[in-house]
Amino acid sequence: MDVIIGLEVHVQLNKLKTKMFCPCSIDYHGDEPNTHVCPICLGMPGAMPVLNKEAVKAGIKVALALNAEVQPFMVFDRKNYFYPDLPKGFQISQYDHPLAWGGYLTIETDEGEKKITLKRIHMEEDPGKLSYKGSITTAKYSLIDYNRSGVPLLEIVTEPVMNSPKEARLFLNKLRIILEYLDVFDGNLEGAMRVDANVSVKGGGRVEIKNISSFKGVEKALTYEITRQKNLIRMGRTVKRETRHFDEANNITVSLRSKEEEQDYRYFPEPDLVPIYAEELIEEVKQILPEMPEEKRERFKKQYGLSDSFAKVLVMDIKMANYFEDVAKVVNPKLAASWIVDVLRGELNYRSKDFTFAYEKLKPEEMAKLLNYFENGDITEKGVVEVIRTKLDKGGNVDKIIESKGLFAIPKEEIERLCIEIIEKNKKAVEDYYAGKKQALNFLVGQVMKATRGRADPGETAKIMRIILDKK
Amino acid sequence: MLTEEDVYKVAELAKIEICEEEAKKFRAEFESIIGYFNLLDEVDVDVEPTFQVLPIKNVFREDIPKKGLSREEALANAKHVENGYFKGPKIVE
Repeated sequence: MDVIIGLEVHVQLNKLKTKMFCPCSIDYHGDEPNTHVCPICLGMPGAMPVLNKEAVKAGIKVALALNAEVQPFMVFDRKNYFYPDLPKGFQISQYDHPLAWGGYLTIETDEGEKKITLKRIHMEEDPGKLSYKGSITTAKYSLIDYNRSGVPLLEIVTEPVMNSPKEARLFLNKLRIILEYLDVFDGNLEGAMRVDANVSVKGGGRVEIKNISSFKGVEKALTYEITRQKNLIRMGRTVKRETRHFDEANNITVSLRSKEEEQDYRYFPEPDLVPIYAEELIEEVKQILPEMPEEKRERFKKQYGLSDSFAKVLVMDIKMANYFEDVAKVVNPKLAASWIVDVLRGELNYRSKDFTFAYEKLKPEEMAKLLNYFENGDITEKGVVEVIRTKLDKGGNVDKIIESKGLFAIPKEEIERLCIEIIEKNKKAVEDYYAGKKQALNFLVGQVMKATRGRADPGETAKIMRIILDKK
Repeated sequence: MLTEEDVYKVAELAKIEICEEEAKKFRAEFESIIGYFNLLDEVDVDVEPTFQVLPIKNVFREDIPKKGLSREEALANAKHVENGYFKGPKIVE
């Protein structure tokens, strides 16, 4: 059965310092409720909004990066509705003169590249946050925190062009990468990206799933919802057009009848704000638009001689890409890429950390030093991994860790001496080796490894052992 | 052209309860207000729409934080407060 998905993505421009229309700080995460508020974001009578210039520039940046047509003339409108998350009785948003029309981004699906086209991008203010004692359905009242009220928000609306929950996830991942490249967005902050998803299965009505608050939630909510709709259709029942809520704890969607009847927002131009003529701002932003993932990928291949697969992974996260470039200043770039992608990234994932953590715990200079030792044969592969783990978990100085753990590789002469010693001591195994038993060599190498407590490089040791045995 | 149904709908959107008598009264008043707008039909449609009557544009603020209200001040006018939160109605039925 055909599935059609469209997304409305709400993105907080959370790298800014202040709210959209007032100078309250948006650095409220973890703070007490209602401590980042003022008469403007509390909607007190007579308070007048003044637009944050950097928020508009950040919006333009995003729209340009998403290949959208940024509008030289923008207007803010009032979207009227009664809901306690907005104290004014309306949300300042954009209606028929938004930030941008159109645009697209490209995702890589199993069937190849796919362009996800956008309908529009507009700016608005984030509402406050409601919470409930117990669950949303059983609580007798809501508790409201307006710290979030007024945070600069972009709403990015896609065309209904996605055909699976997986495509929706790929789209959101790609969007996140781009937003982080633009340095306007930190996806790690709670509530940074919230999604409404529209989904329909052929033969059924369109269902909107409201306010999914995590990346993973989107795929789960859609998967559940599609199964639910398909089952209804199979049983010969109709899928009615409605709004549902994603219950994240139970991974299901539930029908929520809102007290607000058929939505009628009665948009009209916000009389407290003046129109924006943005031509100059757009030109200004074009000058500071950073290198985007695809360009970086091509540059990495050209400049550092990386394979496409390494370049592709490295550019998926701007912090990882920067980390790589810092290390590659001093170390063979291919070596750096493989250690960062294959080992460091895995060790970070295992600890649920990202490259911000790596920058703190294992600085690029330290990683470079470590890889230089490895390149010179001063430390084994196993030793490098050991140092990386210790640095991430306990910190400390690279040289001291190597020394205290005895990770400096054994010099070649020492390995040769040990090989001769082991050969003397294990006559039986040596005989077996000459008799053509391959395991005998493994046994002898194993003895050297044991004697060095694993510090000898096994490949190198086997090579030396064979040379000595074959000389006899 | 304007029905009492329309009046009830506007009242519902504004979360105002009205009685039948009021609906009748408002219907007549709405109609006379909307009558004024018919004047617009006499205007040349090629004219630029007015989004703002003030002759100014591009009013911006720099992205510099300023201290707002204390929590006590913020909650001072609220009738229903709990643990530093505003208490609001239950939304979902």
